Amino acid sequence: MMSYLEILRLAAPEGILVLAALAVLGVDVGVTRTEPRASRLFITNALALFGCVVAFIWMLPGGHPGSVGGLFTVTPLTQLVKQALVVLSILTLLLSVETSFSEHLGEYVALVLLATVGMMLVVSAEDTLMIFVALELTSLSLYTLTAFNKSDPQSAEAALKYFLFGSVAAAFALFGLSLLYGATGATALPAIAAKLKGHALSPMVAVALVMIVIGFGFKVAAVPFHLWAPDAYQGAPVPVAALIASGSKVAGFFILAKVMMLGFAGLEGSGSWGRYAPGWIPLLAVLAVASMLLGNLAALAQTNVKRLLAYSAIAHGGYVLLGVMANTPQGVAAVVYYAMTYGLTVIGAFGVVAVVEARTGSCRIADFAGLGKRSPLLAGALLIFLLSLAGIPPLAGFFGKFYVFAAAANGAKELGLLWTVVVALAMSTVSLYYYLKVLKQVYVVAAPDGAGEINISLVTRVVLVVMAVGVVLLGALPDLILGRLVPALAGVVAGH
Amino acid sequence: MLAWTIYLSFLGALGVLLLPAGAVRAARITALLSAGSGLALALGYALQFKPGPEIHTLVQVPWVRSLGIEYHLAVDGISLTLVLLTGISAVVGVLFSWNVEKRAKEFFALYLTLIGAVYGVFLSFDLFLLFVFYEIAIVPKYFLIAIWGSTRREYGAMKLALYSFLGSALVLIGLIGAYVVSGAHTTNLLGLATHAFSPEFQRWAFPVVFIGFAILAGLWPFHTWAPTGHVAAPTPASMLLAGVIMKLGAYGAFRVAIILFPAGAQMWQGTIGLLAAIGIVYGASVALVQKDFKFVIGYSSVSHMGFVMLGLMTLNAKGLSGAVLQMFSHGIIASLLFGVVGRMIYDRTHTRELTLLEGMRLSKTMPFAAVTFVVAAFASMGLPGFSGFVAELQVLAGAWAAFPKLTLLAGVGVVIGVAFTLRAMQMAFFGEGAATVSEAESAAHPLEPITVPERMGAVVLMGLAVLIGLWPRLLLDWIIPSFDSPLFAALKKGGFH
Repeated sequence: MMSYLEILRLAAPEGILVLAALAVLGVDVGVTRTEPRASRLFITNALALFGCVVAFIWMLPGGHPGSVGGLFTVTPLTQLVKQALVVLSILTLLLSVETSFSEHLGEYVALVLLATVGMMLVVSAEDTLMIFVALELTSLSLYTLTAFNKSDPQSAEAALKYFLFGSVAAAFALFGLSLLYGATGATALPAIAAKLKGHALSPMVAVALVMIVIGFGFKVAAVPFHLWAPDAYQGAPVPVAALIASGSKVAGFFILAKVMMLGFAGLEGSGSWGRYAPGWIPLLAVLAVASMLLGNLAALAQTNVKRLLAYSAIAHGGYVLLGVMANTPQGVAAVVYYAMTYGLTVIGAFGVVAVVEARTGSCRIADFAGLGKRSPLLAGALLIFLLSLAGIPPLAGFFGKFYVFAAAANGAKELGLLWTVVVALAMSTVSLYYYLKVLKQVYVVAAPDGAGEINISLVTRVVLVVMAVGVVLLGALPDLILGRLVPALAGVVAGH
Repeated sequence: MLAWTIYLSFLGALGVLLLPAGAVRAARITALLSAGSGLALALGYALQFKPGPEIHTLVQVPWVRSLGIEYHLAVDGISLTLVLLTGISAVVGVLFSWNVEKRAKEFFALYLTLIGAVYGVFLSFDLFLLFVFYEIAIVPKYFLIAIWGSTRREYGAMKLALYSFLGSALVLIGLIGAYVVSGAHTTNLLGLATHAFSPEFQRWAFPVVFIGFAILAGLWPFHTWAPTGHVAAPTPASMLLAGVIMKLGAYGAFRVAIILFPAGAQMWQGTIGLLAAIGIVYGASVALVQKDFKFVIGYSSVSHMGFVMLGLMTLNAKGLSGAVLQMFSHGIIASLLFGVVGRMIYDRTHTRELTLLEGMRLSKTMPFAAVTFVVAAFASMGLPGFSGFVAELQVLAGAWAAFPKLTLLAGVGVVIGVAFTLRAMQMAFFGEGAATVSEAESAAHPLEPITVPERMGAVVLMGLAVLIGLWPRLLLDWIIPSFDSPLFAALKKGGFH
């Protein structure tokens, strides 16, 4: 029997963040509610950042590997992913400083922290019950955060859409998980895999698999379960959209890969060209290809940068799925690298969008005209973020794509999955068009008359520069992450 | 030290950006220093270069350990030729952009970034690294054309960017395939070149990678970006595009596709050779009927690059060395032609319409431009004594051994090439039609005289066209011994001679 002390030790980072969230709530509601906004902003953020930094440092040594009865597992790999999640949340919080959508600062910051806790629990979960609960903690926090801009009806509409879609998806996932429990009598992923092993895909398990893929497909906004995403991205306060696009994607893809590779080990089937066999890989292949096609093609038609980023996020989700389909340790490494760097990049892009929206009142592509002149720093940062999303070296997005595509090609025998890579690369070319369309406004088109310089606060400036440098460094020196990721992964693979 | 050509260019770009706003003159000088020191390094290396089958490694350090990717820069006779071409084009390009006033800092920063990436491609012996540099070049090209360009600049810029990116996507498919199939856990060119890929694999991998690169080399029918891109681009960018960027494509097609997949190259030899020959005739024929002077040069580039592609597909030493020589020669000549048309003529007369130029008597008002163009035209037509002659002759000699019929077709292209060049020269400089500009008018608004930087650049390029024409061994002695390196072992087994 495991002692509670042991549980606390394993889940210490999550615990620290929960404490931070409670502290933020307590201080803001109980003590500083009547103080001026600026000082409340400072105090709440300072408390939250302190908690995040402590949790981050706690996880630095790579964590003490261990498991709470299979419900909650800690490995060097999970610690690495959780560190990334904490960093992404820190960046989200720092970018919130630029915006002024709500007076409920304490609640806002606490919810961001709780969403982060949910994501971290998702990463460690290895039991279907725990996975579901953790996913719901994340989602419920995010629904609320999406509605946080009370003065904007779009925000409420977005949240409602997100919530309705999300709860239906959760029902699907839960139904699938219970069928799986019915079929195997187990809730722990390795136990499920052990029961399923050696059997053909029975109808019941097949239904469970489809239901689960639908549920998770919603979380990562894969086509055709993406319909909520553009509205949520557009309506949500910008930092929240950034969190949905970054942190929740990291956690979502990580758990999707884990459930498929660990829970459905042996039921991969084959998505290879001409050698189809039923299983989860062909299912994901359909989602991946649909996401890449629809995401990129729909992004072409967008005039609002937030919607453009939303559709591009759908497309990027498709690329990441290729890494999951590889069904190899290399694939997992690629998924984690891609999701982390994508998260960093997309928060940066949303950060720039947030400033432009705050200054010009909207964020149509045309509102970016002459940004290169109005604020060289914003423009330069946006250039780096968008080119990284397009996959131009030496930025992180390029290496991420290369890594994912190489893993996918390596995954199946005789380059079976290369056809998905071909689709991905063709669609990457399409994506360059719409990213350049934005950058053309920034650098080629002149600013409208009377548009002056854009001044940004020191915090935002520093955060943007740090993120831009990060995107360049991680792309130019991928071993900064891979140097830790690959050994951590090797340990996990050896452990199973 | 040669690796510093890359770093100096990137540092130069950074340096230019860090200059205070409005420091146009300082930006020019920084750019010239950066490009000049790159050329000096290349020349210095060339002087002590000993031709032979060795591949001289400059830097080799692990880059992404878990994937076996290395930061590997090296040089052989082929890369050295092209590095030298890049150095020359870079310096001349800066001289020809001395009059850029609009957003000059950004202009030179992008320009130098592009140069750095080009050096990088020519020096990379790791395929991943080569690909990285190849793609870095895409973005500066886009902005150079979209911001400083002329006719339909945004369209031309986007078209070029998308074509390049599509080409590199094709290349990446082949590279990932080769990386996975070889199982060698390396992206090093030498490592992969010694792997014998199965013929079935080479059958599809070769055309994918070759065409992916050849898009940028203007291979017909994937050339359509070239005329629009060249015409839309500002003069120095057109000079670079035609001078070195198209060579990036040809170099990649050679260095990667042919070296890695020699059996595939043999399977596709006839087909792609045919495309190349069609390109030679097609480019020349279309150039014959253009009204815009710059389009004439744009299509002539398609035609002349056809010789490079034809030479590559001969798969014999003569043809391949001719192809590399033609890359150098066309790089020089195209820079010169675009320099005359874009900078000397268009910047002064503000028109490129041949019918309008016909009445301007430019040979009288701009004798220097006329002389430069005549020299460039002679070199371009392949008159003996100029670089174009030796290079194209070498290609045709190689092609005769490989595919006699296509060689005849290419020969037709040469004749049309003479025709369009003479037509353009006649109309632009020695027009005899009614004067479009009266004597009084031209006396009242005399054309700005040709500046010293322009003269310097033009003289260097003309001198090189003649030098290589008279003494082709200078380059061939570097190029041909490189064919004895291990890279060519597989190609030789397949009947290379």
